[in-house]
Amino acid sequence: MYTQALDSSGAEPRSPASAGDAERERRFQERIDRDEKIEPKDWMPEAYRQTLIRQIAQHAHSEIVGMLPEGNWITRAPTLRRKVVLIAKVQDEGGHGMYLYSAAETLGVSRGELIEQLLAGRAKYSSIFNYPTLTWADIGAIGWLVDGAAIMNQIPLCRCSYGPYARAMVRICKEESFHQRQGYEIMLTLARGTGAQREMAQDALNRWWWPSLMMFGPSDTESVHTAQSMRWKIKRFSNDELRQRFIDVTVPQAQFLDLSLPDPALRWDEAAQHFITGPIDWSEFQTVLKGHGPCNRERLGARRAAHEAGRWVREAAAAYADKHRDRAGGGAERYAQAI
Amino acid sequence: MNEDWALYEVFIRARSGLEHKHVGSLHAADARMALEHARDTYTRRQEGVSIWVVRSSEIIASDPEEAEALFEPARDKVYRHPTFYSIPDDVKNI
Repeated sequence: MYTQALDSSGAEPRSPASAGDAERERRFQERIDRDEKIEPKDWMPEAYRQTLIRQIAQHAHSEIVGMLPEGNWITRAPTLRRKVVLIAKVQDEGGHGMYLYSAAETLGVSRGELIEQLLAGRAKYSSIFNYPTLTWADIGAIGWLVDGAAIMNQIPLCRCSYGPYARAMVRICKEESFHQRQGYEIMLTLARGTGAQREMAQDALNRWWWPSLMMFGPSDTESVHTAQSMRWKIKRFSNDELRQRFIDVTVPQAQFLDLSLPDPALRWDEAAQHFITGPIDWSEFQTVLKGHGPCNRERLGARRAAHEAGRWVREAAAAYADKHRDRAGGGAERYAQAI
Repeated sequence: MNEDWALYEVFIRARSGLEHKHVGSLHAADARMALEHARDTYTRRQEGVSIWVVRSSEIIASDPEEAEALFEPARDKVYRHPTFYSIPDDVKNI
């Protein structure tokens, strides 16, 4: 659900090692330019492979960690209807994580390595999940804003040059639109409810608005990987372009709710035909990204605890499978001898 | 770090009358678990009526490097298509 251009370390395009590689890179780029999809067994530059592994893995981790803030409210959902919806949504996030880990694995990294990186705190995930869900209205705001931002980011990824990633994104985008709608429906219900409910909705919007805008990643002037990712058609639009689109569609939705956005500088620019926001506080983004957000430790702690608590189940399943494999093997042998 | 469970490829028949189609992959300790995980992962919205799972290691795939040798020869055999033959417009039902 949630990508973020959180790009970071490494994987600078390397200079081709040999003339043969240079020729292959040239043909590779031609295929990309013709809008051909790249499939797992095709030749690809090492930097393309590493960029994708990093991006898809971050995306997968985001789905998995993203289950936590919402899972927090499953037992406290206000009605049975809201509860089944929230369970289905959280289950979807888990499923999306699975699609994405599978896509990453086609590039030659193992699932175990990816999980290990997440649990060790070496992998990144979307910083939005390091904010707490304090009230039920947060579940509405997350669906509406966080999933809304995610969809804006993800739709272009359906046309990404790497086949398995693009196919996973098609599946994810289809499933995601219910996530956003159920969130907006929660906000609408609260906004039209009692004074206290309205206040709760406004408070959630106040807290989630800026972090949602930051989900698109650093401004284009700061984003180091954008140009190369665009050449490779991993990325189709820049962070700022996608952010602007999100702002333009979301501001009227907030107006419909009759809630205010926490940005006194927000204005409609008639000439540009865009809503223009005040400056984004990137120091907050950097703080959260570096691990000092409100919930970074709690989220990773919860993931580690779940991983450890599930260890005996994984081991038991593996032991069971081994035992039955042995028996089946023995049986086949006996059968062969009888003939 | 634990060894990963075996990787399985998942194929789903969307409706009876259609073929099974590859939808993705997953890890499972055994075939039964692979089926159950496939059901949870790939059919949460009635996407299928039947599931196949196959261990990924059992799939033998052609090499993209050989694509030309394998598929190029079919390219100049246009006479395998009906449009290769010219028949006067007056002839009907052919």
